[in-house]
Amino acid sequence: MAGVKIRAAILSVLFLVVFLGAWQLATAPPAGPERELTEYEIMMGLGAGSGAGMPAPTEIFSLAWEELSRPFHDSGPNDKGIGLQLLYSVVRVLAGFALAVVVAVPIGFVIGMSPVLNNALNPYIQILKPISPLAWMPLALFTIKDAAASAIFVIFICSIWPMLVNTAFGVASVKRDWLNVARTLELSSLRTALFVILPAAAPTILTGMRISIGISWLVIVAAEMLVGGTGIGYYVWNEWNNLDIAAVIFAIIMIGVVGMLLDAALAQAGRFLRYQE
Amino acid sequence: MSLHFIEVENLARTFPQPGRQPPLTVFEHVNFTIEKGEFICVIGHSGCGKSTILNILAGLDAASDGAFVMDGKEVSGPSRDRGVIFQNHSLLPWLSALGNVSFAVRARWPEWSRPQVREHSMNYLKMVGLAGAENKKPSELSGGMRQRVGIARAFAIEPKLLLMDEPFGALDALTRGVIQDELLEIWDRTHQTVFMITHDVDEAILLADRVMLMTNGPDARIAESVVIDIPRPRERSDIHQHPEYYTIRNHLVDFLITRSKSLQGRVGGPGQQPRTVNPVKGVGVSERVGAPRVVGGTA
Repeated sequence: MAGVKIRAAILSVLFLVVFLGAWQLATAPPAGPERELTEYEIMMGLGAGSGAGMPAPTEIFSLAWEELSRPFHDSGPNDKGIGLQLLYSVVRVLAGFALAVVVAVPIGFVIGMSPVLNNALNPYIQILKPISPLAWMPLALFTIKDAAASAIFVIFICSIWPMLVNTAFGVASVKRDWLNVARTLELSSLRTALFVILPAAAPTILTGMRISIGISWLVIVAAEMLVGGTGIGYYVWNEWNNLDIAAVIFAIIMIGVVGMLLDAALAQAGRFLRYQE
Repeated sequence: MSLHFIEVENLARTFPQPGRQPPLTVFEHVNFTIEKGEFICVIGHSGCGKSTILNILAGLDAASDGAFVMDGKEVSGPSRDRGVIFQNHSLLPWLSALGNVSFAVRARWPEWSRPQVREHSMNYLKMVGLAGAENKKPSELSGGMRQRVGIARAFAIEPKLLLMDEPFGALDALTRGVIQDELLEIWDRTHQTVFMITHDVDEAILLADRVMLMTNGPDARIAESVVIDIPRPRERSDIHQHPEYYTIRNHLVDFLITRSKSLQGRVGGPGQQPRTVNPVKGVGVSERVGAPRVVGGTA
């Protein structure tokens, strides 16, 4: 087992080195005599040199070093540290996600317990579920009239469905035997729900949460590009407007890292609640 | 008014059939009584509704007709005065062995303090030989140990009536034997009233005071109530050497092979108790002596 892990790690590093090496070579300035750039080339960023064309990995590393050495600096709306921008996004995601938990888990619970409600609400859930969360944005801006709150609403609306569906499924598929144990012990409905159904359905509910937070993190970037002001999505868009491609690539990597951390946190929570039959 | 601890009167269960077919009667005219401290086993072929009877007694299923009186009171719905040991242990997998037992104990005596619940639960875990394994999750226990936790959980709430639905059906023969011995020992100490379903004739003779024999379903009835008067304490290792053992065993096996079918829907009736049979003393089996195996419904 250990052998496999070590070999895999070596291979991983090798892939990275090959990829970065190829990238570095591809973006190296052409050898040969320097020539004057045409005005067109300068405008399109086609010439060699800093800030022009596709940046080399080394440029991104130095930018990353610079950014990560002061992640929370705030020098006005267009110059905030990457940590600060990510924090804005994470807080929005967590706020929308928490709201969705509060709404989706109890409703999912009731739907899972009642086949009638399940069948009654299912058509609406099926229609609402595939709607792109960003499609709600105009409606949210119109009704809430606040950009930041609208972004949170969009997160809320996209996180709610996986949790709702998974909670309902988890609750509905609690083993009959376990419910019979509760019945023969004359547990009240509330105690049965809290001490039998909830722990039994917890792993399924958590799977729903994990899907939700993944989608939320995908959506927040797009939502912040629309809403503007703060957040990692706005940062990406702003740096694109500045034609700072190195910053855009750096932000993309950071989005990946934070998304991975969010997912890992919920995976860890899931490990805590999982049980083996 | 009632003379017996438990009286079951004219119990019946029918299931509606799809379309215009008449409803299916799994069993009907089921009458029997149980005394306090008796160990009753029920034997019958699959489909005769013995599990359904147990579920009705447990309050998990509703009878289509008839009544179940315990301690002079008619019972409906589940309650803590009846404990159930299910075939597939049905432990809550996210709780430890101790957690599963104390979950039931807490439900039974909500006013108890935490240490009291723990001590009581531990006593019953010790009784089934699981001291030291109390913090293990069911997934970390063997099949036999899981069923022991189930037994501890059921005994721990000290029910008036303990219902067991083929509790050892899912275990291998060796483990089954060991747990049968343990159950016998616990029962000798507690004299818990038990109603147990089994497929295993030897198990029934080892454990029961009386064995109720059911005819095949549909329209199943309880045909006979066979008295097992092999003295206690019984030992699994030498019970088969008891001079009466094979007389009883042959009677039971004979019922399962021939009479369970030939008597289907032909014995008993409203309010009629099953025939009490003592194969050793020849009570209730007179018409069988020297006669061909197929016996008419002369109940």
